[in-house]
Amino acid sequence: MTRVAVVVFPGSNCEHDVAAALAAVGVEPVLVWHGEATLGDVAGVVLPGGFAHGDYLRPGAIARFSPVMAAVTEMAAEGAPVIGICNGFQVLTEAGLLPGALRRNEGLRFLCEPASCRVRSARSVLTSACEPDQVLELAINHYEGNYTCDEATLRLLVENDQIALTYEDNPNGSIGDIAGVSNEAGNVVGLMPHPERAISPLLGSTDGVVLMESIAKSASAWAGRARRPAHAPVAN
Amino acid sequence: MRFSVVVEVSGLEGIADPEGQTIERALPALGFEGVADVRVGKLIRLHLEAPDETTAYERAGELCRRLLANPVIERYEVAVSPLAGTG
Repeated sequence: MTRVAVVVFPGSNCEHDVAAALAAVGVEPVLVWHGEATLGDVAGVVLPGGFAHGDYLRPGAIARFSPVMAAVTEMAAEGAPVIGICNGFQVLTEAGLLPGALRRNEGLRFLCEPASCRVRSARSVLTSACEPDQVLELAINHYEGNYTCDEATLRLLVENDQIALTYEDNPNGSIGDIAGVSNEAGNVVGLMPHPERAISPLLGSTDGVVLMESIAKSASAWAGRARRPAHAPVAN
Repeated sequence: MRFSVVVEVSGLEGIADPEGQTIERALPALGFEGVADVRVGKLIRLHLEAPDETTAYERAGELCRRLLANPVIERYEVAVSPLAGTG
């Protein structure tokens, strides 16, 4: 079974929801404490939501220096799926693994509500199982979800097809209605909505399943690709 | 030598500051006229060990760039002064 790490920072509070959502799509979740230097034998990593290190200074500002982040950065460079959800998205931008930054919501209100999100690119590891233009009913739960970048960066995001998800009705002032972005390669993705909270009719939506399935599919594909060189006969 | 460092972090010019705007709108309601361009930021004080003031200033700038400010959305100003009674 494909294994995916879920990093637990002091102050994370969505790690068990993410683990359950991964298990629901056939992935074995492995909770990894932020103080660990390695992620173990995994084919991807999710940084879950919460308030890592109390969100002191800025959300994600302290978490990016957690020991485990060196291993996360290495996995990202190797092309493995790296997903940041909500606070995890903030950590990835602070770590420089994703462009831009997340500021306080326009209107200075904490938002905890459903948000319709449109899949803009099915190229990323988070959206590879989606149909382009598919609209997903997800939940948002944040105070600092107002995605910001300069105009030049926004042009690059559009040109390189890095905008994974947009809000149908922008709730927080994000530039370009952006709800989720990827790096240029598409293997590092951050999003403010919580796919792990939309995996059962009991939760009000099952639209997060296709995003979790994308993660599962990407991790499985990466595991297959990563293993081949290790088992390949050595030339000469 | 020990230096006292004061770091002021605020939003980059051109980035909306809803907190500043709210304060700006509130002040005339209290009778304070002529207030404009209210910007809200944060102030961080710290003590720093360094051989001289120039080095202290450089180190303070470095820790701003690495941690105290996010250059994507924030600017910073650093003020350094020798702590009295040291040297």
